[in-house]
Amino acid sequence: MLLNIKNLHVSINGKEILKGFNLGVNKGEVHAIMGPNGTGKSTLAAAITGREGYEITKGEIIYKGKDIRDMAPDERANEGIFLSFQYPVEIPGVSMTNFMRTALNAQREYQKLPPIPAGEFLKKMEEKKQLVEIHAKLTNRSVNEGFSGGEKKKNEIFQMAMIEPQLAILDETDSGLDIDALKVVAKGVNALRSSENGFVVITHYQRLLDYIVPDFVHVMYDGRIVKSGGKGLALELEEKGYDWIKKEFEI
Amino acid sequence: MAKDKQNKNGVLEEVTSSEYKYGFVTDIETETAPMGLNEDIVRFISAKKNEPEWLLEFRLIAFRHWLTLDEPNWALIDYPPINFQNIIYYAAPKKKKELESLDEVDPELLDTFNKLGISLEEQKMLSGVAVDVVMDSVSVKTTFQDTLAKHGIIFCSFSEAVQNHPDLVKKYMGSIVPYKDNYYAALNSAVFSDGSFCFIPKGVRCPIELSTYFRINAANTGQFERTLIVAEAGSYVSYLEGCTAPQRDENQLHAAIVEILVMDDAEVKYSTVQNWYPGNKNGKGGVYNFVTKRGLCQGRNSKISWTQVETGSAITWKYPSCILKGDNSIGEFYSVAVTNNYQQADTGTKMIHIGKNTKSTIISKGISAGKSNNSYRGLVRVSKNADNARNFSQCDSLLLGDQCGAHTFPYIKTANPTAIVEHEATTSKISEDQLFYCQQRGIDSEKAIGLIVNGYAKEVLKQLPMEFAVEAQKLLAITLEGSVG
Ligand SMILES: Nc1ncnc2c1ncn2[C@@H]1O[C@H](COP(=O)(O)OP(=O)(O)OP(=O)(O)O)[C@@H](O)[C@H]1O
Ligand SMILES: [Mg+2]
Repeated sequence: MLLNIKNLHVSINGKEILKGFNLGVNKGEVHAIMGPNGTGKSTLAAAITGREGYEITKGEIIYKGKDIRDMAPDERANEGIFLSFQYPVEIPGVSMTNFMRTALNAQREYQKLPPIPAGEFLKKMEEKKQLVEIHAKLTNRSVNEGFSGGEKKKNEIFQMAMIEPQLAILDETDSGLDIDALKVVAKGVNALRSSENGFVVITHYQRLLDYIVPDFVHVMYDGRIVKSGGKGLALELEEKGYDWIKKEFEI
Repeated sequence: MAKDKQNKNGVLEEVTSSEYKYGFVTDIETETAPMGLNEDIVRFISAKKNEPEWLLEFRLIAFRHWLTLDEPNWALIDYPPINFQNIIYYAAPKKKKELESLDEVDPELLDTFNKLGISLEEQKMLSGVAVDVVMDSVSVKTTFQDTLAKHGIIFCSFSEAVQNHPDLVKKYMGSIVPYKDNYYAALNSAVFSDGSFCFIPKGVRCPIELSTYFRINAANTGQFERTLIVAEAGSYVSYLEGCTAPQRDENQLHAAIVEILVMDDAEVKYSTVQNWYPGNKNGKGGVYNFVTKRGLCQGRNSKISWTQVETGSAITWKYPSCILKGDNSIGEFYSVAVTNNYQQADTGTKMIHIGKNTKSTIISKGISAGKSNNSYRGLVRVSKNADNARNFSQCDSLLLGDQCGAHTFPYIKTANPTAIVEHEATTSKISEDQLFYCQQRGIDSEKAIGLIVNGYAKEVLKQLPMEFAVEAQKLLAITLEGSVG
């Protein structure tokens, strides 16, 4: 199993947000996580990627057979965990090219490989830019600075394509995207999809799942998964909303 | 607990508290003056350097004036009183013979350069930079003299200039920074040890970047450099000054003077990377750096551009300035000042608009970490006859952690109604979001800080010549090593 989260409890500033969360992701699988605002989806992503301030009070996160609780965020990243941020961050003055080269070289250093040769790097940039159809000019600009909402999201997928993670978590990457951009995001994900990788796709919209077809759909409510099913569950949610789940759960 | 689990301040501290990477001492036998300062010492220095009578007179007058002055105390810096009698004012390496090639350079010196990652060899080969190395106040090595000579350019140590070009030195020395200018200028004028002299004749564009690496080396030795650059009409030169210093416990006093004179249609670009020993994590030791740098745009359409990257020293007191006297002259000041641990920096610039249509630009980026204090202090003055003067100032401060300070003191004085003076200032914190974003891409917190800070300072760094920029970027990262997580 690629990722195995068992009975996870996570608190922020002493307030419990995740309350016994369980999820198993095998290699080759795509899991969609849906759920109302504020139920803890981004908190889950933060806990998996090791963000400061997200305290695991109970349970464990096993990734590639190892408990990653004590791993620094960069180490987790270099072990192949990638997060497409719900709110990508701007870094003024740092060009995308420089950022990506630094990231790839950090990864290579972690793997005890020499830095990526300039030619190889540029070729890869070109290739991935085309894959996610991002404007050549964007990579000359500072990281996310002045990017439109949609460009930022595409840029996340571009970075994913460059880094080629083993486990990718997409936190509402589809929000705010027009239909063409949505297809591009799906294209990026599907290109990476293989029997070796796993995906956790957090979304509010069934629409994305037409393009990234999930193996499982989970509904999250109040810090845990309250319902799991196949692709059909997403359609059902789209139709009925979350009220029936809330009711069912609250009984 | 793992790195990522420490509280914010814990991680901040860890990253901002790294030890000085360039701490080592080169053991070259030195010949030193007795400790303390009096007229005899001034005479000793002058005699050691075999100076003409007029220069000794110059020193003595400056010394007598210095005795009448009090140390300035208006800057936002705090340090125990300096005992000026507890300082050695002259030290020279004993092996003083003229060197023809690198083979003749003391292997230990070469080793020092290797440790710094600035192999002299490489500098020469790759960048075609003429390097005039000042080790403990006396020039050890000067290169590329031939190329320069062909163009009639003089680039040599100040002592050599005194011997070989006394008329030029006599004519210009002290004309831009008079010994009366301030306390440290008077001190320097009395005891200056050595430095560089640079003369670009009329119409000559200096084909290489002129570079000097200063090092403070002997324990307890104040270093008093003096640099004089004269650019005749229509000439151009790019001058690089950089330095690193060995680690030691006693505070070292450094009080330099840089004078630049620029005539009609001439331009001088002066770049500095300053990385003297900043003291240890607890604020012990470190260099006190009190510098007077001033350029006079005397001619029409003349231009001076100061770029500085200040990462070292326990105390920095430094305001490279431009006097824009010639009509249409231009002054620029680009600065990155980084302070960490207990470092204190009070730095900025003065732009004095005298001529018509004069323009000045000030871009200052202060970065503070640890328990340090970082101040920008700037003056823009437009005098009565300076019609259509323009100034734009941008002063940004970046804070790493919550125990450091950033301050901005912009002074604007305009006596001409046609002047347009713009000032912008921002203060920001390095954000946890930015750091986490980098870390999530596999970049550790140290490298991430380096990346973010270099991005922040980019506007200034891009003003530096290429090979210097690379070094400066490394320095920024090293200085803040260990800062946020
Ligand atoms: N730093 C914080 N301090 C206090 N509470 C927080 C913090 N971050 C998140 N929370 C709270 O935790 C809960 C879960 O937030 P989270 O961002 O994980 O929700 P989400 O499921 O991703 O919602 P959305 O669909 O709106 O993105 C919310 O009630 C939120 O207000
Ligand atoms: Mg969210």
